[in-house]
Amino acid sequence: MSEFDLIVIGGGPAGMSAAATAAHGGLNVLLLDEQPHAGGQIYRNVGENRTSRGWLGKDYSAGARFVDALDHPAITTQFGATVWRLDSGPRVIWSRNGESHISTAQHVLLAGGAQERPVPFPGWTLPGVMPAGAAQILMKSAGMLPKDAVLAGSGPLLYLVAAQMIDAGCPPRALVETQTPRMLARALPHLPKALFGMTTLLKGLRLLAKIRAAGVRRFTHAARFEAQANDDGSIAFSFEHKGQRNTLTSTLLLTHQGVIPSTHMSRSGGIAHEWNAAQAAFQPITDIWGGTNQPHLHVAGDGAGIGGAETAAASGDLAALNILHLCAKITGDTRDQMAAEPRGKLFRARAIRPFLDAAYAPPADVLSPPDETIACRCEEITAGQIRESIDEGARGHRQIKTSLRTGMGPCQGRMCDATVRGILCAGHKSAIAPPRARSPIKPVTLAELAALADGPKTGA
Amino acid sequence: MNIASRFERAPENAPTVRIEVNGETLVAKQGISLAAALLAQSGNPSRKTAKGNDRTAYCMMGVCFDCLVEVDGVANTQACMTLVRDGMIVSSQAGLRGLGGGQDV
Repeated sequence: MSEFDLIVIGGGPAGMSAAATAAHGGLNVLLLDEQPHAGGQIYRNVGENRTSRGWLGKDYSAGARFVDALDHPAITTQFGATVWRLDSGPRVIWSRNGESHISTAQHVLLAGGAQERPVPFPGWTLPGVMPAGAAQILMKSAGMLPKDAVLAGSGPLLYLVAAQMIDAGCPPRALVETQTPRMLARALPHLPKALFGMTTLLKGLRLLAKIRAAGVRRFTHAARFEAQANDDGSIAFSFEHKGQRNTLTSTLLLTHQGVIPSTHMSRSGGIAHEWNAAQAAFQPITDIWGGTNQPHLHVAGDGAGIGGAETAAASGDLAALNILHLCAKITGDTRDQMAAEPRGKLFRARAIRPFLDAAYAPPADVLSPPDETIACRCEEITAGQIRESIDEGARGHRQIKTSLRTGMGPCQGRMCDATVRGILCAGHKSAIAPPRARSPIKPVTLAELAALADGPKTGA
Repeated sequence: MNIASRFERAPENAPTVRIEVNGETLVAKQGISLAAALLAQSGNPSRKTAKGNDRTAYCMMGVCFDCLVEVDGVANTQACMTLVRDGMIVSSQAGLRGLGGGQDV
């Protein structure tokens, strides 16, 4: 007998809307999230920021409705809960404040979302170089504003962060974009479909207009990033632009090249994954409901393929409806009828994706950086060492890991897997299997493991 | 290197807590992560790697483990996943991520 009907892992838009839909349909739901508050990264601290930090914008504050919907007697929430093992059953093993817990349910929905794509280049490990999304987390969760920052890379989030910085009164020093005219040309055939997502397109144009009006310097078609630390701790950021090497010195360099699904949990759960070439990332193979090859595991939101917050919320609803049907709470017909609205939302929200994926594709030197670049931040392994390992015969993630220790540090490959794959694939098209992810998928202490041996604490 | 914080604090009134970092008292806004508090205090590195390279918190969402510090005697704690608490004692780590925060190797 399971304690819960459904365990939702991840409290972003996908997990929050799934939990609410499932609870309204009569299921007993446990929602686990690693962060201290509901919202995921996109709506981080949105419940706490209701009357403050207006510069984060209306799209952000609108996320509070998802947090409010969690206030339901059939939803148990646990924040600060790190899931480190997913067993068949299904059983979810998680820790909070160093104490292990086992929770069981008929179904588990993985809604772990995305992480920023690592942006490796010489100097990206220096203090003062951070992802733009990390700076945005500091804005949302701590009211900290980037000081005189250079934004570099590509993608819609770069514009959003720039606009939020302008509204907060700390505009970026410059915007250095890797987007090329060729990328834009490749994106144009996707524009007609993107018109179904007109509101999103218009929002993007408004962001660009705001950046222009604020007089922020923009460099496009930039390449070959490099950062060096000056004696005073500031960052000298250099890049190629129009055939010239430019250097901008600032206190903070914020980089971004889009986001990729967080797949450690779905991979360790035995879910089959595929390579999404348009998004240059692995993602779990799911049906329209988020169902997978594992009968009790669904995946929703960005963790199933990058689609953004609206896509995530709709896909969370669809997964919850399917799980309600599988738990015999609603008939197949009712599920299909109720799915009409979220499916419509999903179609409109996804329509713009092919355009964005092509227009803001990560450049080749981000996927496969120059030799001197650190690829594995934990073990300090360079791209050159990985190339040597390949020259010596390594053919996949595991062989490179065995010879060099890439992915054996505490991040477990979250910061280097994408780069290892990029280097493995550079120049040829042979299929590379996704790296294995094994439990524990987050570092745990021996005490947390041992606690399970002498009668674990069950229940939330 | 001694650089002031790379971030400005938005003008907000919030209760504060006092924590101790490497023997010095630091006043931090209540409810923020330890990694945020360290970044608000200075732009200096908060960790040295096994090869002696400087690092500070990077991803701010629990993914990269570059923000590891010792908190109340527990080494290898993710500062970005830990909220500041009054009286918290923090020390930075150098070297390999050993159980003694790198001091035991």
